[in-house]
Amino acid sequence: MDRIKEIINAAGRSIPVEVNGESVIPYQGIGKYKPDGYRYGPGIVTCADYPADGNKLVSSLKDALIQAGIRDGMTVSTHHHFRNGDLLANQLFDIIHELGIKDIRWFPSASFPCHEHLIPYLEDGTIHHIEGSMNGQLGIFTSQGRMKGVGVLRSHGGRYQAIQDGEVKIDIAVIGAGCADSFGNASGLYGPSATGLLGFALADAQYAEKVIIVTDNLVDFPCIPWQIHGNYIDFTVAVDKLGDPEQIVSGTTRITSSPDRLLLADLTARFCEATGIIRDGFSFQTGAGGTSLAVSESFRQIMKKKGIKARFARGGSNAYLVSMLNEGLIDYLLDGQTFDMDGIRSIAENPNHVWTSPFTSYNYHGKGNFAGMVDVVILGATEIDIGFNANVVTHSDGYLLHGIGGWQNCLFSKTVILPVPLLISLILLAGLTYH
Amino acid sequence: MAKTAVAGNHGEDIRSDCLVELKINAAGGLKIELDSKVSRLYGKQMRSLISEIFSYFGIGHAEITIHDSGSLDFVLAARTEAAIKQLVDTDKEFLLPILPGITVIADRDHFRFTRLYLPGNTPKFMLNAGVHYPDAVILDLEDSVAPSKKYESRFLVRNALRQVNFMGAERMVRINQLPAGLEDLEYIIPHHVHIILMPKIENATHIKQVESKIVSLKEKYNTDNQIFLMPIIESALGIENAFEIASASPDIVAMAIGLEDYTADIGVKRTQDAQESLYARMRIVNACKAAAIQPIDSVYSDISDLEGLKETAIRSKALGFEGMGCIHPSQIRIIRECFRPDICEIEQAIKVVLAFENAEAKGLGVVSLGSKMVDKPVVKRAMATVALAEKLNILAKDWRKEYG
Repeated sequence: MDRIKEIINAAGRSIPVEVNGESVIPYQGIGKYKPDGYRYGPGIVTCADYPADGNKLVSSLKDALIQAGIRDGMTVSTHHHFRNGDLLANQLFDIIHELGIKDIRWFPSASFPCHEHLIPYLEDGTIHHIEGSMNGQLGIFTSQGRMKGVGVLRSHGGRYQAIQDGEVKIDIAVIGAGCADSFGNASGLYGPSATGLLGFALADAQYAEKVIIVTDNLVDFPCIPWQIHGNYIDFTVAVDKLGDPEQIVSGTTRITSSPDRLLLADLTARFCEATGIIRDGFSFQTGAGGTSLAVSESFRQIMKKKGIKARFARGGSNAYLVSMLNEGLIDYLLDGQTFDMDGIRSIAENPNHVWTSPFTSYNYHGKGNFAGMVDVVILGATEIDIGFNANVVTHSDGYLLHGIGGWQNCLFSKTVILPVPLLISLILLAGLTYH
Repeated sequence: MAKTAVAGNHGEDIRSDCLVELKINAAGGLKIELDSKVSRLYGKQMRSLISEIFSYFGIGHAEITIHDSGSLDFVLAARTEAAIKQLVDTDKEFLLPILPGITVIADRDHFRFTRLYLPGNTPKFMLNAGVHYPDAVILDLEDSVAPSKKYESRFLVRNALRQVNFMGAERMVRINQLPAGLEDLEYIIPHHVHIILMPKIENATHIKQVESKIVSLKEKYNTDNQIFLMPIIESALGIENAFEIASASPDIVAMAIGLEDYTADIGVKRTQDAQESLYARMRIVNACKAAAIQPIDSVYSDISDLEGLKETAIRSKALGFEGMGCIHPSQIRIIRECFRPDICEIEQAIKVVLAFENAEAKGLGVVSLGSKMVDKPVVKRAMATVALAEKLNILAKDWRKEYG
């Protein structure tokens, strides 16, 4: 086999000029790459081709895929709102496999350990490669070089950008929603598989050629609020069950009980207090990992003690942030995804708990985004070097085990803190949780 | 068939530890089977350490299986040695080098507000104990170690004393109740331990036994490091003999009460407000003050109840205790804050000290503060508070510039 030519990018890394038959745009430095031309757009359609009564229901997901024209080599996207409780992506590829379709580029916003189910489809060529994130067993499979194509990681912001720029053209987007009407208006707020938001599917709805909404909670028109507009939707499908609620969100979010991590959280909060980052009207973002939750809790105590209010906090929302919002310590909670039941309830009920998407939060090819406005963001990492470069996707043994999430997008924040221990059981800097 | 020796731990919640299985054979060389998540990173180093240990003990033929969960050298070496010594009778000890910077000399007047208990057979708690800055760490060979693990824990504690940096915390070891505790001393004494904690002490003879064992071990190992003693009293009889115990050796620097065992001994339930042990605790405080050593209170067992801990610590200080045991790092800060003098106390003490100095300079026999006369003992206590605050760096050494 011919070796693919490599070039050195601005980070000093040698990278192939071509991946999966497509040419690569090398990293040129922050803000250096400025594409010209226009954003990508799907073809023009007319209402004449859609049911006049607005009812786009088809009998099954299989039917919807056939009507959407599924064939070999297409790009099919899914989303990680259901997290480790996702049944949809697995059902989807069962059908694609049954139809004998090959060489699909699977384009999820993130994958989870539950997607181990798809490994046989990676082995038999149903899926050519994954573009998004590769967690758990999928990561091991990819790391061992067993995937037919080359795996590509996309951050949340990078994914939105790649779609709008036309770098990744989605043929069929399959969006699972906690509730939807037959026209395709959809929301994640209600239903047995409620996820809170659907922000990760926004780009797919806007830019994919064909868009399928799948729900296990069909409601009469109109489904309000319409987080995804039915006007983007080609087909709607009702199924029995989309997700396993216990795995979609954790029933309870708990602060770490590890004394070492509590200490790290405490030091982080005290640093933010001493440097004046915690001041009236400031903003912050913490994740859902045990240490991040502990940081939120320490922030809360400092803010209460000093009578300080934050203008906004960025989610993933969880019980701790929600209670800070309810206590009036935060004016607005700008949320990217909900991590627990309190988050889902709050976003449905509290108008100051606002849903966002990678477009508003992270997209670099836009007229600004929220990430740079955040005063301090608390993140995790699996490895950090002494130049403060960090790795969040592989462990020290080289295996790809975690998603990239919105990690590098968050680096535009005014302060980025990685409160991590130097060594855990001889593994340098392990212990990332999902973003 | 050759006997298999086993030492260490492996399982879902086990971290920074390993389980060693060993069979010594007549022939066939060393066969090392290493099962570890980090073998790609550290496999070579771990195998070479194991080979070195076997060659040190002169064992050429053995099958060794290591189930590793990220054990550092001192753990791997302790587990391997504990397995070997179950099969081989030898006096030799495989000692890793003493980490530089941990050979600090014991200090009689070290504060002992917070002493963090570390189970002696659980390496993962030892590694980061120092970052929580307890005044002391207690490597525990007694109640936190299962009876079947007592033997191997001695090797682990010995190696931890030589290789773990507790970041300035005083290094204590709690030995087992005598006579087993005397045997524990053989593994501890030559390795820079600062204080021996002796549980369930009931009379001065117990102290003498420990004292003379330490003397003979110091001779044997040719070391004259200062090692202090700290008895723990946990029975009605012990309480009755409190002063005899507290003054039984010049090396005793502090004495503690253990309330779980004490309340069991007198047949009552241990309660939150601890009325049932008031007499015993006061006896301890009094005996310690009479013997000029530090009285130390029992541990607070509910680690989730930090409010209850705070109340208990405040009461404990009010009774005259000068510290408590900690069973979780989250207890350290609360206990320290309760026991160290607070700013009001310090400022009041400074006023008294200055008034005293002023009176002395003027040759006045009577010290007065405002319209109040200040008694001598009040002055003495104020001086002690100021000295303590200086030592704790709460008060600058040149505080007179600011307050004078």
